[in-house]
Amino acid sequence: MSAAAPPSLPPQASYAEMVGLVADPVLERRPGRLWWIAFGVTLLLTLGFAACLAWLFIQGVGIWGVNTPVVWGFAIANFVWWLGIGHAGTLISALLLLTRQGWRASINRFAEAMTLFAATIAGLFPIMHLGRPYRFYWLLPYPNTMELWPQWRSALVWDFAAISTYIIFSILFWYWGLIPDLATMRDRAHSRLARRLYGIFALGWRGSARHWHRHDVLYRAMAALAVPLVVSVHSVVGMDFAASLMPGWQETIFPPYFVVGAMFSGFAMVLTLAVLLRWGLGLQEIITARHFDAMGKIVLAGSVAMGLSYLTEWFNAWYGGAWIERGHLRFLFTGDYAPLYFAMLVCNVLVPQLLWSGRLRRNLVVAFTVSIVVNIGMWLERILIIWNTLSHTHLPAMRHLFHPTFWDWATLGCSIGVFGCLFLCFARLLPAVAMHDLNKQLHGEKEARA
Amino acid sequence: MAARIALVSLVVLPLGLLGLLMTLQYTPYITGQSITPDQPVPFSHEHHVGGLGIECRYCHSSVETSRFAGLPPTHTCMTCHSQLWTNAAMLEPVRRSLAEGRPIRWRRVNELPDYAYFDHSVHVRNGVGCTSCHGPVDTMPLMRQAAPLTMGWCLDCHRNPAPHLRPESEIFAGHWAPPPGQEARGAELVRHYGIRTEHLADCSVCHR
Repeated sequence: MSAAAPPSLPPQASYAEMVGLVADPVLERRPGRLWWIAFGVTLLLTLGFAACLAWLFIQGVGIWGVNTPVVWGFAIANFVWWLGIGHAGTLISALLLLTRQGWRASINRFAEAMTLFAATIAGLFPIMHLGRPYRFYWLLPYPNTMELWPQWRSALVWDFAAISTYIIFSILFWYWGLIPDLATMRDRAHSRLARRLYGIFALGWRGSARHWHRHDVLYRAMAALAVPLVVSVHSVVGMDFAASLMPGWQETIFPPYFVVGAMFSGFAMVLTLAVLLRWGLGLQEIITARHFDAMGKIVLAGSVAMGLSYLTEWFNAWYGGAWIERGHLRFLFTGDYAPLYFAMLVCNVLVPQLLWSGRLRRNLVVAFTVSIVVNIGMWLERILIIWNTLSHTHLPAMRHLFHPTFWDWATLGCSIGVFGCLFLCFARLLPAVAMHDLNKQLHGEKEARA
Repeated sequence: MAARIALVSLVVLPLGLLGLLMTLQYTPYITGQSITPDQPVPFSHEHHVGGLGIECRYCHSSVETSRFAGLPPTHTCMTCHSQLWTNAAMLEPVRRSLAEGRPIRWRRVNELPDYAYFDHSVHVRNGVGCTSCHGPVDTMPLMRQAAPLTMGWCLDCHRNPAPHLRPESEIFAGHWAPPPGQEARGAELVRHYGIRTEHLADCSVCHR
């Protein structure tokens, strides 16, 4: 912790107080009426998601608005969107750990939980959008009686490898950071059942110096692995498009542009959840204005990078001189989806410019609104990447528009419900903030002052 | 203690489940190999082929010319059984079939899914004998599936047919084992039949 960085935690706070702030909402307080209402609603939506899945598997992908040229619709847009959201957690955890950004301690745990839930939901969509979803395991390279292996030249097979690796890694990384906190929960819990359950998952953590040494070594090693992993996972998602021959997709900028987009939308989602969690669990002393300030800056940086990417895309489409690329560019601004495209530009590039002002960054209402707007904008971007390209293909005879059906919307809406339900359970069952990291940070800040 | 159990089962459970799923696909429960289904008439290949020496093509007459080897119609049975064992209770369904003009409902033993296009004639005319795939039929009292019939089993031969190839005279032999020097003979037979092995494992060979 460098002395120059402003403190992110209240200077007079004690270690026990910090642990109490995080653990008490879970162990001592009963869920309020609002939590139950939210849980009920999201549970209904989760059941709705199950119904969407069931109807999809019974009827086939034809219940969606996909047609022959626009073969990827909401499913792939939702997939990229959710996975993008899922990347911020790992970035906060790993990148900010490696760059020694102590303030991450207040937000990394729930950001990682967000990653886990979002990546899991994202992982469902590529399977759902298969015509024969029950054969998805054929994407796995396992010895089989057919002597058949996946085609390693397909970006979609890379996708499968990337996402499954990412989900497994996220679980391990999250769980590894959680172990010392689970031990704290075990020691603070009153009921036998809670003690036993936290105890099982704490895997006998005693907090000895040897435990801590090994824990830190592995945690840092995993963080060092996580950063290239995040970058490559979302680059692979970008290559699902960029490895094709379609105008608007075949662009070498896609891998970094997708990664930046993921960071952008992911941080926006963390911002949304930080506002809600802070208010719901009473973490005002832990998630402070300084955190919103820092996250706001990252969202702003993401927005600028996105704006530059759009400019590069437009410039290259014009500069390349290929008629189909120029036609694509014209279709972006004057085609059937143009209003949505303008809306996306407003959401992703214009609105986040508010965050240049430090006062607005620290204003929760502004931060919350901007974060929601960014997430809408990023969803629009994902769907428009698909729509604009596939609706405007090489052959004029093959140009069709996409008309979403009820099931498209229902699947998207219910997937948000699933996320909410998982997140509500997380907030009630596990410490939403990494207590040991938080106290390490507090210790550092006290040392710096002394 | 509980934590230790949790630790161990975290590793053992997923690996064990994976191992089970991996081995299950090779077992007869999935492939149907060596399963002997019940038939309306307990027809014995052991008796008709092994005992009486009737050649395969007497009953499976289209095996050299058609995709299907063909199941003999009731009339083929009746070429003999209108004179022999005319009162045998075992043959009652055969007589009824002839009287009512309704075919006997045999149950298929070797069955491929419809998305796999299999052609008997092309195999029989290019040096693959009956027993290579159907096993020693002349010793089977009731018909059973001798091979797993999985795609991997097909491909093993399509990628390297030489060890299984026979000259025309041995195609319908009831018993066949590769003679000494099959390696050189097989390579010679590949040339003799004009088999283009480089395309034998392409998708379109079977999945048309």
